[in-house]
Amino acid sequence: MFEILEKERIGPGVNRAVISAPEIAAAHRPGQFIILRTHKDGERIPLTVADKDTEKGTITLVWQEVGATTYYMSTMCIGEKFQDICGPLGKPTHIENFGTVVGVGGGIGVAPLYPITKGLHDAGNHMVSIIGARTEGLLIMTEDIRKVSDELIISTDDGSFGVHGFVTQVLQGLIDKGTKIDLVVAIGPVPMMKAVCNVTRKASLPTVVSLNPIMVDGTGMCGACRVEVAGKTLFGCVDGPEFDGLQVDFDLLMKRLAMYKGPELIALNNFRETPRGCQCTFPGGA
Amino acid sequence: MSDLEPKPTKKPKIPRQKMPEQDPIQRAHNFYEVALGYENDLALLEASRCLQCKKPSCMKGCPVEVDIPDFIQLVKSGDLMGAAWKIKEKNSLPRIAGRVCPQESQCESKCVVGAKGKGEPCAIGRLERYVADYAATHDDGKRPELPKPTGLKVGVVGSGPAGLTLAGALIKKGVGVTVFEALHELGGVLVYGIPEFRLPKAIVRSEVDELRKLGVEFKTNWVIGRIETVDDLLEKRKYDGVFIGSGAGAPLFLKIPGENLNGVYSANEFLTRANLMKAYMFPQADTPVAKGRRVVVFGGGNVAMDSARTALRLGAEEVTIVYRRTMDELPARTEEVHHAIEEGVKFQLLNSPTEIVGNDSGWAIAVNLQKMQLGEPDASGRRRPVAIPGDTAQIECDTIIVAIGNGANPLVPTSTKNLETNKWGNIVADLETGTTSRDRVWAGGDIVTGAATVILAMGAGRKAALAMLNTFGIS
Repeated sequence: MFEILEKERIGPGVNRAVISAPEIAAAHRPGQFIILRTHKDGERIPLTVADKDTEKGTITLVWQEVGATTYYMSTMCIGEKFQDICGPLGKPTHIENFGTVVGVGGGIGVAPLYPITKGLHDAGNHMVSIIGARTEGLLIMTEDIRKVSDELIISTDDGSFGVHGFVTQVLQGLIDKGTKIDLVVAIGPVPMMKAVCNVTRKASLPTVVSLNPIMVDGTGMCGACRVEVAGKTLFGCVDGPEFDGLQVDFDLLMKRLAMYKGPELIALNNFRETPRGCQCTFPGGA
Repeated sequence: MSDLEPKPTKKPKIPRQKMPEQDPIQRAHNFYEVALGYENDLALLEASRCLQCKKPSCMKGCPVEVDIPDFIQLVKSGDLMGAAWKIKEKNSLPRIAGRVCPQESQCESKCVVGAKGKGEPCAIGRLERYVADYAATHDDGKRPELPKPTGLKVGVVGSGPAGLTLAGALIKKGVGVTVFEALHELGGVLVYGIPEFRLPKAIVRSEVDELRKLGVEFKTNWVIGRIETVDDLLEKRKYDGVFIGSGAGAPLFLKIPGENLNGVYSANEFLTRANLMKAYMFPQADTPVAKGRRVVVFGGGNVAMDSARTALRLGAEEVTIVYRRTMDELPARTEEVHHAIEEGVKFQLLNSPTEIVGNDSGWAIAVNLQKMQLGEPDASGRRRPVAIPGDTAQIECDTIIVAIGNGANPLVPTSTKNLETNKWGNIVADLETGTTSRDRVWAGGDIVTGAATVILAMGAGRKAALAMLNTFGIS
């Protein structure tokens, strides 16, 4: 259980791994996430399932190196096992034929957007995908997204690939052109999701966002993942992770995400001083 | 006996034997167990205080009906393993019950030795703990013979006190049991909620291992309601019955301004980080928790005491419990309140929080309070706190822990077809049998009653097990 079967680096500090987890693969629906622990003193971190293969009994995870846990994950090798993977968790994406759906993915957010795009595409929606990153090297999974999209627009902040500009500008362009849009799904860094919602709010477009609050148990027990939506306190893990983006208090989410910045740095330094796991790859290495 | 010797009159009265404890000043800074347990001679002395009543009333005070006089008699005769098995006939988790049961309001409140103010009751709980610890540390590998497997099997949702008790009761009657646990560790509230210094995790593990040795199967990281439903357990896995003991794991908040500021925790989160995730070992363990300098805890129950004492141990300089009634109405066990006071926890009574004040970067910096006075008794029978208009106060703090209780976790009730729930989301179940609106589905513990005690959950698990056995036609 939870053995790493494949692993590759797909961008600077971004890794993808295929992990044996047959029961989770069987039960998983688009939009749902898992919580994992790397080792017995590790923390519980949530990650959205980027893909799955029910026949092979595997799930695919994509992560960016941020703190001790994600750096540790990057040093784990094929054949190593995660201590625990719990899931699927959270509510699945509501999937039906809405008509035309625009999926907006920024940076690492493209990974969780992929299974949702696939699900919506399979349900007969006309999928327009807008994928963006700061620079070309940070674009991930573009070919995966292309396969499940009817249209794909790629943008980079520095213009190194595709449209020069932010995903919000591309979205605004579609709206200005008079494109009929029935739903927008946006996943990425919180400032990006906030900016997308500022665009869609003006155009009165229903917008779904997938939030990434800090979690511990992921089953509604601890309340760490509190988010405010339409003025009400909800739990990201059981009420979400997807919410009506036009109603989310993004500023509160950003503040709560910054709560452990200090300890996260301490944990990361501690990890670097006392490396664990397989030592054939190192954080920051190729 | 010569005439010169004085005639023995009445037997000298032996006082209730105290249990040795760690020094308060020392223990307020470590996570080792507070109460150290009886030594052999103390246990024998205490056991000798039991009157071996013909009609023991103590047993009526025990939700799982342990044969109290019988086990104490075995202690007196020196057969400690026998005493342990006598307890385990009714209670599969005696090391836990001996530590966290509110004995003073249960078995011991009915003890004849302590009746009518004649003296202090026999320390039944301390003896239970002594016997169970002895058995665990002197395991001779012998187990009572189990009946032949009946071929029946039951799925249990949740590995807390209700589920574990039910599992123990069923496996001893030849019913196969699989326990499904959402977290990575078994024990539910016993491992995430109750701190190490009150119930060491090693004790919970040893009790779980005991059940495993008897044949109970466990599946961790298994969230019923997400990976499978109760209906799946019955239809796909073909269980003959399902017991839902998923607990009251949905933290309640006061719904006051500032409650989502950084530094504000539910007690569940704070204790889970500190206990289950070992944040007290950070950064050797990866999970952090805010180590407040000035900590305020809202609430007056055992969870509030646990949170306050944990905060002290994490290094807080000042920990204050804010409670809206007086010391007399605190719902926590007297012993826990006493321990908290000894360790330096402060109490701000007759105060109710109205707002949490934050700074520009979103961190809590103070709590505004409204002074209260006690009015007429309310529905709970306790005098209702009433605000004194205009009388307010403020406490500066950097960490706030909300310990005002838990609601029903919706995952299982909402994912099970046709399962009746009440307006609070708790499962409607018969308190004597655990039967629910669904055939072959039983429920018990906090998911039925709302947040209560470990032993009441154990009682519910035991009653549901007996009801299941009855349904299965096993006596």
